[in-house]
Amino acid sequence: MIKMLKPGFFTCIQDLGRMNYQEYGVPYSGAMDRYSAQLSNALLNNKVEAAVLEVTMTGPELFFNSDTCICITGADLSPLLNAENIKNNQLIQIKKGDVLSFGRLKYGFRAYIAVSGGFQSEIVMQSRSMYKGITKDFRLSKGDELQIGKATKSMQASNAALKINRAQFKTMSIEVFKGPEFDQLSKAQQKQLFSQEFSVSKNHSRMAYQLKEPFNNSLQAIITSLVMPGTVQLTPSGSLIVLLRDCQTTGGYPRVLQLKESAVDILAQKFTGSRFRFVPAN
Amino acid sequence: MKDFKLNYKPFGDRSILIEWPSEIDSSILNDLLLFKSAIVNQSIKGLVEVKSAYNSILVIYNIAIDDVYGEIKHLKALYSERVSTIKSANRHWRIPVCYEDVFALDLEAMSVQTKLSKTEIIALHSEAVYSVYFIGFLPGFLYLGGLDKKLHFQRKATPRLHVKKGAVAIGGSQTGVYPNESPGGWNIIGNSPISFFDVSKKEPCFAEAGDKIQFYEVSKSEYDGIKTLVEAGIYQLESEVIDD
Repeated sequence: MIKMLKPGFFTCIQDLGRMNYQEYGVPYSGAMDRYSAQLSNALLNNKVEAAVLEVTMTGPELFFNSDTCICITGADLSPLLNAENIKNNQLIQIKKGDVLSFGRLKYGFRAYIAVSGGFQSEIVMQSRSMYKGITKDFRLSKGDELQIGKATKSMQASNAALKINRAQFKTMSIEVFKGPEFDQLSKAQQKQLFSQEFSVSKNHSRMAYQLKEPFNNSLQAIITSLVMPGTVQLTPSGSLIVLLRDCQTTGGYPRVLQLKESAVDILAQKFTGSRFRFVPAN
Repeated sequence: MKDFKLNYKPFGDRSILIEWPSEIDSSILNDLLLFKSAIVNQSIKGLVEVKSAYNSILVIYNIAIDDVYGEIKHLKALYSERVSTIKSANRHWRIPVCYEDVFALDLEAMSVQTKLSKTEIIALHSEAVYSVYFIGFLPGFLYLGGLDKKLHFQRKATPRLHVKKGAVAIGGSQTGVYPNESPGGWNIIGNSPISFFDVSKKEPCFAEAGDKIQFYEVSKSEYDGIKTLVEAGIYQLESEVIDD
Protein backbone atom coordinates (compact mmCIF):
# COMPACT_ATOMS: atom_id res chain seq x y z
CA MET A 1 0.00 0.00 0.00
CA ILE A 2 1.12 3.54 -0.74
CA LYS A 3 -0.20 6.47 1.28
CA MET A 4 -0.64 9.91 -0.27
CA LEU A 5 0.93 12.38 2.18
CA LYS A 6 0.55 15.33 -0.23
CA PRO A 7 -1.24 15.11 -3.57
CA GLY A 8 0.75 17.74 -5.52
CA PHE A 9 -0.99 20.08 -7.98
CA PHE A 10 -2.97 17.40 -9.80
CA THR A 11 -2.20 13.70 -9.48
CA CYS A 12 -4.47 11.00 -10.86
CA ILE A 13 -4.44 7.33 -11.86
CA GLN A 14 -4.34 6.60 -15.58
CA ASP A 15 -3.84 3.63 -17.87
CA LEU A 16 -4.20 3.39 -21.65
CA GLY A 17 -7.77 4.63 -21.44
CA ARG A 18 -11.36 3.53 -21.84
CA MET A 19 -11.92 2.04 -25.28
CA ASN A 20 -15.27 0.99 -26.75
CA TYR A 21 -17.49 3.33 -24.73
CA GLN A 22 -17.39 6.28 -27.16
CA GLU A 23 -20.84 5.33 -28.43
CA TYR A 24 -22.20 6.08 -24.95
CA GLY A 25 -20.50 9.48 -24.95
CA VAL A 26 -17.70 8.36 -22.60
CA PRO A 27 -14.28 9.96 -23.23
CA TYR A 28 -11.19 7.79 -23.78
CA SER A 29 -9.12 9.36 -20.96
CA GLY A 30 -5.80 7.58 -20.30
CA ALA A 31 -2.28 8.92 -19.81
CA MET A 32 -1.80 12.29 -21.53
CA ASP A 33 1.72 11.31 -22.62
CA ARG A 34 1.22 7.65 -23.50
CA TYR A 35 4.81 7.20 -24.57
CA SER A 36 6.21 8.12 -21.15
CA ALA A 37 3.52 6.13 -19.30
CA GLN A 38 4.29 3.03 -21.35
CA LEU A 39 8.03 3.51 -20.83
CA SER A 40 7.58 3.54 -17.04
CA ASN A 41 5.74 0.21 -17.18
CA ALA A 42 8.19 -1.30 -19.65
CA LEU A 43 11.15 -0.57 -17.35
CA LEU A 44 9.39 -2.50 -14.58
CA ASN A 45 8.34 -5.40 -16.81
CA ASN A 46 4.73 -4.48 -16.09
CA LYS A 47 1.91 -5.18 -18.49
CA VAL A 48 1.50 -2.36 -20.99
CA GLU A 49 -1.98 -1.57 -19.64
CA ALA A 50 -0.91 -1.37 -15.95
CA ALA A 51 -2.21 1.78 -14.23
CA VAL A 52 0.31 4.49 -13.32
CA LEU A 53 0.20 7.79 -11.45
CA GLU A 54 0.07 10.85 -13.67
CA VAL A 55 1.67 13.81 -11.89
CA THR A 56 1.11 17.32 -13.23
CA MET A 57 3.49 20.24 -12.64
CA THR A 58 4.30 19.57 -8.97
CA GLY A 59 4.95 16.19 -7.44
CA PRO A 60 3.13 14.37 -4.64
CA GLU A 61 4.65 13.01 -1.45
CA LEU A 62 4.16 9.27 -1.09
CA PHE A 63 4.74 6.91 1.83
CA PHE A 64 5.43 3.24 1.00
CA ASN A 65 4.02 0.68 3.39
CA SER A 66 5.73 -2.26 1.66
CA ASP A 67 8.81 -3.18 -0.35
CA THR A 68 8.42 -2.72 -4.11
CA CYS A 69 10.03 -1.22 -7.20
CA ILE A 70 9.08 1.99 -8.97
CA CYS A 71 10.06 3.90 -12.09
CA ILE A 72 9.50 7.58 -12.85
CA THR A 73 9.34 8.86 -16.44
CA GLY A 74 8.13 11.92 -18.35
CA ALA A 75 8.73 15.36 -16.87
CA ASP A 76 11.72 15.78 -14.55
CA LEU A 77 10.36 17.04 -11.23
CA SER A 78 13.63 16.46 -9.30
CA PRO A 79 12.50 13.27 -7.53
CA LEU A 80 13.83 12.51 -4.03
CA LEU A 81 13.77 9.24 -2.09
CA ASN A 82 14.06 9.87 1.67
CA ALA A 83 15.32 13.36 0.74
CA GLU A 84 18.13 12.00 -1.51
CA ASN A 85 18.17 12.79 -5.23
CA ILE A 86 17.13 9.97 -7.53
CA LYS A 87 16.81 9.81 -11.32
CA ASN A 88 14.00 9.46 -13.80
CA ASN A 89 13.95 6.51 -16.22
CA GLN A 90 15.57 4.14 -13.76
CA LEU A 91 14.44 1.16 -11.73
CA ILE A 92 14.26 2.21 -8.07
CA GLN A 93 14.06 -0.28 -5.22
CA ILE A 94 11.73 0.81 -2.42
CA LYS A 95 11.84 -0.37 1.19
CA LYS A 96 8.88 -0.31 3.54
CA GLY A 97 8.83 3.12 5.23
CA ASP A 98 10.44 5.02 2.31
CA VAL A 99 9.09 8.44 1.32
CA LEU A 100 9.11 9.66 -2.28
CA SER A 101 8.89 13.41 -2.82
CA PHE A 102 9.66 15.90 -5.57
CA GLY A 103 11.36 19.26 -6.02
CA ARG A 104 11.64 21.76 -8.82
CA LEU A 105 10.21 21.18 -12.31
CA LYS A 106 13.21 20.91 -14.65
CA TYR A 107 11.56 20.01 -17.97
CA GLY A 108 8.22 18.72 -19.27
CA PHE A 109 4.88 19.08 -17.47
CA ARG A 110 3.66 15.56 -16.63
CA ALA A 111 5.59 12.78 -14.89
CA TYR A 112 4.53 9.15 -14.57
CA ILE A 113 5.16 6.90 -11.59
CA ALA A 114 4.82 3.19 -12.26
CA VAL A 115 4.97 0.58 -9.51
CA SER A 116 5.66 -3.16 -9.81
CA GLY A 117 2.40 -4.90 -10.61
CA GLY A 118 0.60 -1.59 -11.26
CA PHE A 119 -1.84 0.46 -9.18
CA GLN A 120 -4.91 -1.60 -8.28
CA SER A 121 -7.67 1.01 -8.22
CA GLU A 122 -11.30 0.32 -9.23
CA ILE A 123 -11.93 -0.73 -12.82
CA VAL A 124 -14.88 1.07 -14.40
CA MET A 125 -15.80 0.22 -18.00
CA GLN A 126 -12.62 -1.81 -18.49
CA SER A 127 -10.25 0.94 -17.35
CA ARG A 128 -8.76 2.43 -14.20
CA SER A 129 -8.34 5.87 -15.80
CA MET A 130 -9.87 8.50 -13.54
CA TYR A 131 -12.56 10.71 -15.05
CA LYS A 132 -15.21 12.82 -13.34
CA GLY A 133 -18.57 11.06 -13.28
CA ILE A 134 -17.11 7.70 -14.35
CA THR A 135 -14.71 6.78 -11.52
CA LYS A 136 -15.47 7.64 -7.89
CA ASP A 137 -12.71 10.25 -7.80
CA PHE A 138 -11.11 12.14 -10.65
CA ARG A 139 -7.94 13.04 -8.74
CA LEU A 140 -6.05 11.78 -5.70
CA SER A 141 -6.22 13.54 -2.34
CA LYS A 142 -4.20 13.71 0.84
CA GLY A 143 -4.63 10.54 2.91
CA ASP A 144 -5.65 8.30 0.00
CA GLU A 145 -4.37 4.75 0.34
CA LEU A 146 -3.36 3.20 -2.99
CA GLN A 147 -3.28 -0.57 -3.39
CA ILE A 148 -0.49 -1.95 -5.51
CA GLY A 149 0.02 -5.24 -7.35
CA LYS A 150 2.45 -8.00 -6.60
CA ALA A 151 5.79 -7.74 -8.32
CA THR A 152 6.15 -10.57 -10.84
CA LYS A 153 9.77 -11.20 -9.95
CA SER A 154 12.36 -9.52 -7.82
CA MET A 155 14.43 -7.00 -9.69
CA GLN A 156 17.84 -5.61 -8.98
CA ALA A 157 18.15 -1.86 -8.93
CA SER A 158 21.22 -0.52 -10.66
CA ASN A 159 22.66 2.90 -11.16
CA ALA A 160 22.11 2.73 -14.88
CA ALA A 161 19.39 5.06 -16.05
CA LEU A 162 17.87 4.69 -19.51
CA LYS A 163 19.03 7.51 -21.75
CA ILE A 164 15.82 8.89 -23.15
CA ASN A 165 15.45 11.12 -26.12
CA ARG A 166 15.18 14.55 -24.49
CA ALA A 167 14.06 16.02 -27.84
CA GLN A 168 10.49 14.96 -27.03
CA PHE A 169 10.40 17.66 -24.36
CA LYS A 170 12.22 20.36 -26.31
CA THR A 171 10.89 20.08 -29.82
CA MET A 172 8.78 22.94 -31.16
CA SER A 173 7.37 20.79 -33.96
CA ILE A 174 3.86 19.40 -33.61
CA GLU A 175 3.21 17.05 -36.52
CA VAL A 176 -0.28 17.27 -38.00
CA PHE A 177 -2.49 16.00 -40.80
CA LYS A 178 -5.22 18.05 -42.50
CA GLY A 179 -8.50 17.94 -40.59
CA PRO A 180 -11.83 17.22 -42.33
CA GLU A 181 -12.61 20.96 -42.71
CA PHE A 182 -9.05 22.08 -43.60
CA ASP A 183 -9.93 22.52 -47.26
CA GLN A 184 -12.68 25.00 -46.37
CA LEU A 185 -10.06 27.46 -45.08
CA SER A 186 -8.74 30.10 -47.47
CA LYS A 187 -5.32 29.48 -49.00
CA ALA A 188 -3.94 32.31 -46.84
CA GLN A 189 -5.34 30.73 -43.67
CA GLN A 190 -3.99 27.30 -44.63
CA LYS A 191 -0.58 28.86 -45.09
CA GLN A 192 -0.83 30.80 -41.84
CA LEU A 193 -1.53 27.62 -39.83
CA PHE A 194 1.91 26.34 -40.84
CA SER A 195 3.88 29.59 -40.83
CA GLN A 196 2.75 31.13 -37.56
CA GLU A 197 4.17 30.25 -34.17
CA PHE A 198 1.52 29.30 -31.59
CA SER A 199 1.62 29.07 -27.81
CA VAL A 200 -0.40 27.32 -25.11
CA SER A 201 -2.81 29.72 -23.32
CA LYS A 202 -3.57 29.47 -19.61
CA ASN A 203 -6.71 27.49 -20.50
CA HIS A 204 -5.33 23.99 -20.68
CA SER A 205 -6.45 20.77 -19.06
CA ARG A 206 -6.62 17.05 -19.71
CA MET A 207 -9.60 17.79 -21.92
CA ALA A 208 -8.10 20.40 -24.26
CA TYR A 209 -5.41 23.02 -24.81
CA GLN A 210 -6.65 26.39 -26.00
CA LEU A 211 -4.02 28.30 -27.99
CA LYS A 212 -3.25 31.90 -27.13
CA GLU A 213 -3.03 33.43 -30.62
CA PRO A 214 -6.35 34.45 -32.18
CA PHE A 215 -6.93 32.97 -35.64
CA ASN A 216 -9.23 34.75 -38.05
CA ASN A 217 -12.24 32.54 -38.70
CA SER A 218 -14.83 32.71 -41.46
CA LEU A 219 -16.01 29.10 -41.24
CA GLN A 220 -19.55 28.23 -40.18
CA ALA A 221 -20.15 25.79 -37.34
CA ILE A 222 -20.65 22.23 -38.61
CA ILE A 223 -23.41 19.77 -37.74
CA THR A 224 -22.17 18.04 -34.58
CA SER A 225 -19.64 15.50 -35.78
CA LEU A 226 -16.89 13.20 -34.53
CA VAL A 227 -13.70 14.29 -32.82
CA MET A 228 -10.86 12.50 -31.04
CA PRO A 229 -7.74 13.34 -29.05
CA GLY A 230 -5.51 15.47 -31.28
CA THR A 231 -8.32 17.14 -33.23
CA VAL A 232 -7.70 20.90 -33.65
CA GLN A 233 -10.95 22.87 -33.65
CA LEU A 234 -11.47 26.46 -34.79
CA THR A 235 -14.19 28.23 -32.77
CA PRO A 236 -16.53 30.95 -34.09
CA SER A 237 -14.72 33.50 -31.90
CA GLY A 238 -11.41 32.61 -33.58
CA SER A 239 -9.70 30.37 -31.03
CA LEU A 240 -7.79 27.24 -31.90
CA ILE A 241 -8.43 24.38 -29.47
CA VAL A 242 -6.45 21.14 -29.46
CA LEU A 243 -8.53 18.31 -27.98
CA LEU A 244 -6.70 15.88 -25.72
CA ARG A 245 -7.30 12.59 -23.88
CA ASP A 246 -10.37 13.60 -21.83
CA CYS A 247 -12.13 15.30 -24.76
CA GLN A 248 -15.81 14.87 -25.55
CA THR A 249 -16.69 12.29 -28.18
CA THR A 250 -18.36 14.77 -30.57
CA GLY A 251 -18.11 18.46 -31.40
CA GLY A 252 -19.61 21.14 -33.61
CA TYR A 253 -16.60 23.30 -34.48
CA PRO A 254 -14.72 22.95 -37.77
CA ARG A 255 -11.83 20.47 -37.44
CA VAL A 256 -8.91 22.09 -39.23
CA LEU A 257 -6.03 19.80 -38.22
CA GLN A 258 -5.42 16.42 -36.63
CA LEU A 259 -2.29 15.76 -34.56
CA LYS A 260 -0.22 12.66 -35.23
CA GLU A 261 -0.42 10.22 -32.29
CA SER A 262 3.14 11.02 -31.17
CA ALA A 263 2.40 14.78 -31.34
CA VAL A 264 -0.38 14.35 -28.74
CA ASP A 265 2.25 13.00 -26.31
CA ILE A 266 4.62 15.86 -27.13
CA LEU A 267 1.96 18.55 -26.64
CA ALA A 268 0.93 16.98 -23.30
CA GLN A 269 4.39 17.91 -21.96
CA LYS A 270 3.87 21.61 -22.84
CA PHE A 271 2.12 24.18 -20.66
CA THR A 272 1.16 27.86 -20.42
CA GLY A 273 3.45 29.91 -22.64
CA SER A 274 5.14 26.93 -24.38
CA ARG A 275 5.61 27.81 -28.04
CA PHE A 276 5.39 25.48 -31.02
CA ARG A 277 4.66 25.21 -34.74
CA PHE A 278 2.37 22.90 -36.67
CA VAL A 279 4.34 20.95 -39.26
CA PRO A 280 2.93 18.58 -41.88
CA ALA A 281 3.34 14.91 -40.88
CA ASN A 282 5.47 12.66 -43.16
CA MET B 1 -32.57 1.48 -51.34
CA LYS B 2 -31.26 4.94 -52.09
CA ASP B 3 -27.48 5.28 -52.40
CA PHE B 4 -26.12 8.51 -50.93
CA LYS B 5 -23.03 10.14 -52.35
CA LEU B 6 -20.53 9.54 -49.56
CA ASN B 7 -17.28 11.28 -48.91
CA TYR B 8 -14.32 9.24 -47.59
CA LYS B 9 -11.40 11.06 -45.93
CA PRO B 10 -8.43 9.93 -43.88
CA PHE B 11 -8.71 11.58 -40.43
CA GLY B 12 -5.36 11.42 -38.63
CA ASP B 13 -3.11 8.42 -39.23
CA ARG B 14 -5.42 5.68 -38.03
CA SER B 15 -8.99 6.67 -38.87
CA ILE B 16 -11.23 7.10 -41.87
CA LEU B 17 -14.15 9.53 -41.80
CA ILE B 18 -17.18 8.75 -43.95
CA GLU B 19 -19.56 11.66 -44.53
CA TRP B 20 -23.15 11.80 -45.75
CA PRO B 21 -24.69 15.08 -47.05
CA SER B 22 -24.46 17.77 -44.40
CA GLU B 23 -27.99 17.72 -42.99
CA ILE B 24 -29.99 16.19 -40.16
CA ASP B 25 -32.35 13.70 -41.74
CA SER B 26 -33.83 10.39 -40.63
CA SER B 27 -33.17 8.67 -43.98
CA ILE B 28 -29.47 9.55 -43.52
CA LEU B 29 -29.61 8.15 -39.98
CA ASN B 30 -31.07 4.85 -41.19
CA ASP B 31 -28.56 4.50 -44.01
CA LEU B 32 -25.68 5.39 -41.70
CA LEU B 33 -26.68 2.86 -39.03
CA LEU B 34 -27.04 0.18 -41.70
CA PHE B 35 -23.54 0.85 -43.03
CA LYS B 36 -22.17 1.07 -39.48
CA SER B 37 -23.49 -2.38 -38.58
CA ALA B 38 -22.17 -3.76 -41.89
CA ILE B 39 -18.69 -2.47 -40.98
CA VAL B 40 -18.87 -3.78 -37.40
CA ASN B 41 -20.05 -7.23 -38.54
CA GLN B 42 -17.36 -7.54 -41.17
CA SER B 43 -14.47 -7.95 -38.65
CA ILE B 44 -12.02 -5.84 -40.63
CA LYS B 45 -8.37 -6.49 -39.71
CA GLY B 46 -7.03 -4.01 -37.15
CA LEU B 47 -10.36 -2.27 -36.69
CA VAL B 48 -10.92 -1.13 -33.10
CA GLU B 49 -13.95 1.10 -33.06
CA VAL B 50 -16.69 2.55 -35.26
CA LYS B 51 -18.53 5.62 -34.00
CA SER B 52 -21.22 7.77 -35.55
CA ALA B 53 -22.82 11.21 -35.33
CA TYR B 54 -25.59 12.94 -37.37
CA ASN B 55 -24.08 12.50 -40.80
CA SER B 56 -20.75 10.78 -40.36
CA ILE B 57 -19.04 7.57 -39.29
CA LEU B 58 -15.49 7.34 -37.97
CA VAL B 59 -13.72 4.03 -38.56
CA ILE B 60 -10.79 3.72 -36.17
CA TYR B 61 -7.91 1.25 -36.55
CA ASN B 62 -5.44 0.19 -33.85
CA ILE B 63 -2.34 1.33 -35.73
CA ALA B 64 -1.54 3.77 -38.53
CA ILE B 65 -3.27 2.65 -41.72
CA ASP B 66 -0.74 1.45 -44.33
CA ASP B 67 -2.83 1.73 -47.44
CA VAL B 68 -5.58 4.30 -46.84
CA TYR B 69 -6.90 4.16 -50.40
CA GLY B 70 -7.06 0.38 -50.39
CA GLU B 71 -8.99 0.53 -47.11
CA ILE B 72 -11.38 3.16 -48.51
CA LYS B 73 -11.96 0.95 -51.57
CA HIS B 74 -12.83 -1.92 -49.25
CA LEU B 75 -15.30 0.28 -47.30
CA LYS B 76 -16.89 1.51 -50.55
CA ALA B 77 -17.47 -2.10 -51.60
CA LEU B 78 -19.06 -2.80 -48.22
CA TYR B 79 -21.41 0.16 -48.69
CA SER B 80 -22.60 -1.05 -52.06
CA GLU B 81 -23.19 -4.55 -50.65
CA ARG B 82 -25.10 -3.44 -47.57
CA VAL B 83 -28.59 -4.86 -47.30
CA SER B 84 -31.56 -3.28 -45.59
CA THR B 85 -32.58 -6.49 -43.84
CA ILE B 86 -29.90 -6.44 -41.14
CA LYS B 87 -31.63 -4.21 -38.73
CA SER B 88 -31.38 -4.30 -34.99
CA ALA B 89 -34.65 -4.22 -33.07
CA ASN B 90 -35.08 -0.57 -32.18
CA ARG B 91 -37.25 0.50 -29.26
CA HIS B 92 -39.69 3.29 -28.55
CA TRP B 93 -39.13 4.67 -25.05
CA ARG B 94 -41.61 6.65 -22.98
CA ILE B 95 -39.83 9.09 -20.67
CA PRO B 96 -41.61 10.84 -17.76
CA VAL B 97 -40.94 14.58 -17.44
CA CYS B 98 -42.16 17.04 -14.81
CA TYR B 99 -42.69 20.42 -16.47
CA GLU B 100 -43.70 22.22 -13.24
CA ASP B 101 -42.21 25.60 -12.28
CA VAL B 102 -39.87 24.09 -9.69
CA PHE B 103 -37.87 22.55 -12.60
CA ALA B 104 -38.90 24.60 -15.66
CA LEU B 105 -36.56 27.55 -15.10
CA ASP B 106 -36.87 28.97 -18.63
CA LEU B 107 -40.42 27.94 -19.57
CA GLU B 108 -41.90 31.32 -18.61
CA ALA B 109 -39.33 33.24 -20.71
CA MET B 110 -39.90 30.89 -23.67
CA SER B 111 -43.65 31.30 -23.33
CA VAL B 112 -43.35 35.10 -23.44
CA GLN B 113 -41.03 35.13 -26.45
CA THR B 114 -42.74 32.42 -28.52
CA LYS B 115 -46.23 33.71 -27.62
CA LEU B 116 -47.20 30.11 -26.86
CA SER B 117 -48.79 29.28 -23.51
CA LYS B 118 -46.84 26.98 -21.18
CA THR B 119 -49.47 24.30 -21.77
CA GLU B 120 -49.00 24.59 -25.55
CA ILE B 121 -45.20 24.32 -25.22
CA ILE B 122 -45.55 21.24 -23.01
CA ALA B 123 -48.04 19.67 -25.43
CA LEU B 124 -45.79 20.30 -28.46
CA HIS B 125 -42.76 18.97 -26.61
CA SER B 126 -44.42 15.79 -25.39
CA GLU B 127 -46.49 14.96 -28.51
CA ALA B 128 -43.47 14.67 -30.79
CA VAL B 129 -41.67 11.38 -31.36
CA TYR B 130 -37.91 11.98 -31.38
CA SER B 131 -35.23 9.90 -33.07
CA VAL B 132 -32.02 9.13 -31.22
CA TYR B 133 -29.21 10.06 -33.66
CA PHE B 134 -26.24 9.33 -31.40
CA ILE B 135 -24.88 9.81 -27.88
CA GLY B 136 -22.24 12.49 -27.31
CA PHE B 137 -21.27 15.67 -25.45
CA LEU B 138 -21.62 14.01 -22.02
CA PRO B 139 -21.83 10.31 -21.12
CA GLY B 140 -25.47 9.41 -21.80
CA PHE B 141 -26.47 12.63 -23.59
CA LEU B 142 -28.85 11.67 -26.41
CA TYR B 143 -28.81 13.79 -29.57
CA LEU B 144 -32.48 13.86 -30.60
CA GLY B 145 -34.04 14.92 -33.89
CA GLY B 146 -37.67 15.90 -34.39
CA LEU B 147 -38.28 19.01 -32.26
CA ASP B 148 -41.31 20.98 -33.50
CA LYS B 149 -40.16 24.11 -35.39
CA LYS B 150 -42.36 26.27 -33.13
CA LEU B 151 -40.15 25.27 -30.22
CA HIS B 152 -36.82 26.13 -31.84
CA PHE B 153 -35.31 28.62 -29.39
CA GLN B 154 -31.82 30.10 -29.23
CA ARG B 155 -29.39 29.01 -26.56
CA LYS B 156 -28.91 31.28 -23.55
CA ALA B 157 -26.32 34.04 -24.07
CA THR B 158 -24.54 33.05 -20.86
CA PRO B 159 -24.51 29.34 -20.05
CA ARG B 160 -25.46 28.23 -16.53
CA LEU B 161 -22.56 26.86 -14.50
CA HIS B 162 -24.73 24.18 -12.94
CA VAL B 163 -27.56 22.51 -14.81
CA LYS B 164 -29.30 19.85 -12.71
CA LYS B 165 -29.11 16.16 -13.53
CA GLY B 166 -32.22 15.19 -15.51
CA ALA B 167 -32.87 18.73 -16.82
CA VAL B 168 -34.94 18.63 -20.02
CA ALA B 169 -33.88 21.47 -22.27
CA ILE B 170 -34.11 23.12 -25.68
CA GLY B 171 -31.09 24.57 -27.51
CA GLY B 172 -31.67 25.92 -31.02
CA SER B 173 -33.37 23.17 -33.05
CA GLN B 174 -32.49 20.45 -30.56
CA THR B 175 -33.94 19.07 -27.35
CA GLY B 176 -32.23 16.82 -24.83
CA VAL B 177 -31.85 15.66 -21.25
CA TYR B 178 -28.73 16.41 -19.17
CA PRO B 179 -27.67 12.95 -17.87
CA ASN B 180 -25.64 14.49 -15.04
CA GLU B 181 -25.06 17.88 -13.48
CA SER B 182 -22.96 19.98 -15.85
CA PRO B 183 -22.56 23.51 -17.19
CA GLY B 184 -25.00 24.17 -20.04
CA GLY B 185 -26.54 26.88 -22.20
CA TRP B 186 -29.84 25.29 -23.19
CA ASN B 187 -33.26 26.53 -21.99
CA ILE B 188 -34.59 24.33 -19.21
CA ILE B 189 -38.27 23.39 -19.46
CA GLY B 190 -38.54 20.42 -17.10
CA ASN B 191 -36.78 17.51 -15.43
CA SER B 192 -36.88 13.74 -15.85
CA PRO B 193 -36.41 11.40 -12.86
CA ILE B 194 -34.97 8.68 -15.14
CA SER B 195 -31.29 7.76 -15.08
CA PHE B 196 -29.81 8.27 -18.56
CA PHE B 197 -26.37 6.97 -17.69
CA ASP B 198 -25.42 4.29 -15.17
CA VAL B 199 -21.73 3.36 -14.94
CA SER B 200 -22.52 0.17 -13.04
CA LYS B 201 -24.47 -1.34 -15.96
CA LYS B 202 -22.98 -3.31 -18.82
CA GLU B 203 -25.09 -1.21 -21.18
CA PRO B 204 -24.77 2.15 -19.40
CA CYS B 205 -27.48 3.84 -21.52
CA PHE B 206 -30.90 2.28 -22.10
CA ALA B 207 -31.30 3.88 -25.52
CA GLU B 208 -29.14 3.66 -28.64
CA ALA B 209 -28.93 5.35 -32.02
CA GLY B 210 -32.02 4.51 -34.08
CA ASP B 211 -34.37 4.28 -31.08
CA LYS B 212 -37.38 6.60 -30.61
CA ILE B 213 -38.09 8.73 -27.55
CA GLN B 214 -41.34 10.29 -26.42
CA PHE B 215 -41.80 12.43 -23.32
CA TYR B 216 -44.94 12.37 -21.17
CA GLU B 217 -45.96 14.81 -18.50
CA VAL B 218 -45.99 13.84 -14.81
CA SER B 219 -46.83 15.87 -11.70
CA LYS B 220 -44.23 16.70 -9.05
CA SER B 221 -45.62 13.99 -6.74
CA GLU B 222 -45.52 11.37 -9.52
CA TYR B 223 -41.97 12.56 -10.28
CA ASP B 224 -40.97 12.03 -6.65
CA GLY B 225 -42.49 8.54 -6.67
CA ILE B 226 -40.61 7.53 -9.85
CA LYS B 227 -37.38 9.05 -8.54
CA THR B 228 -37.61 6.91 -5.40
CA LEU B 229 -38.03 3.76 -7.51
CA VAL B 230 -35.17 4.78 -9.85
CA GLU B 231 -32.85 5.35 -6.89
CA ALA B 232 -33.80 1.98 -5.43
CA GLY B 233 -32.98 0.43 -8.83
CA ILE B 234 -36.45 -1.06 -9.30
CA TYR B 235 -38.09 1.34 -11.77
CA GLN B 236 -39.20 -0.22 -15.04
CA LEU B 237 -38.98 2.19 -17.95
CA GLU B 238 -41.83 1.83 -20.47
CA SER B 239 -40.81 0.78 -23.96
CA GLU B 240 -41.93 -1.26 -26.90
CA VAL B 241 -40.13 -2.75 -29.89
CA ILE B 242 -40.66 -0.72 -33.04
CA ASP B 243 -42.24 -2.88 -35.72
CA ASP B 244 -41.92 -1.43 -39.18
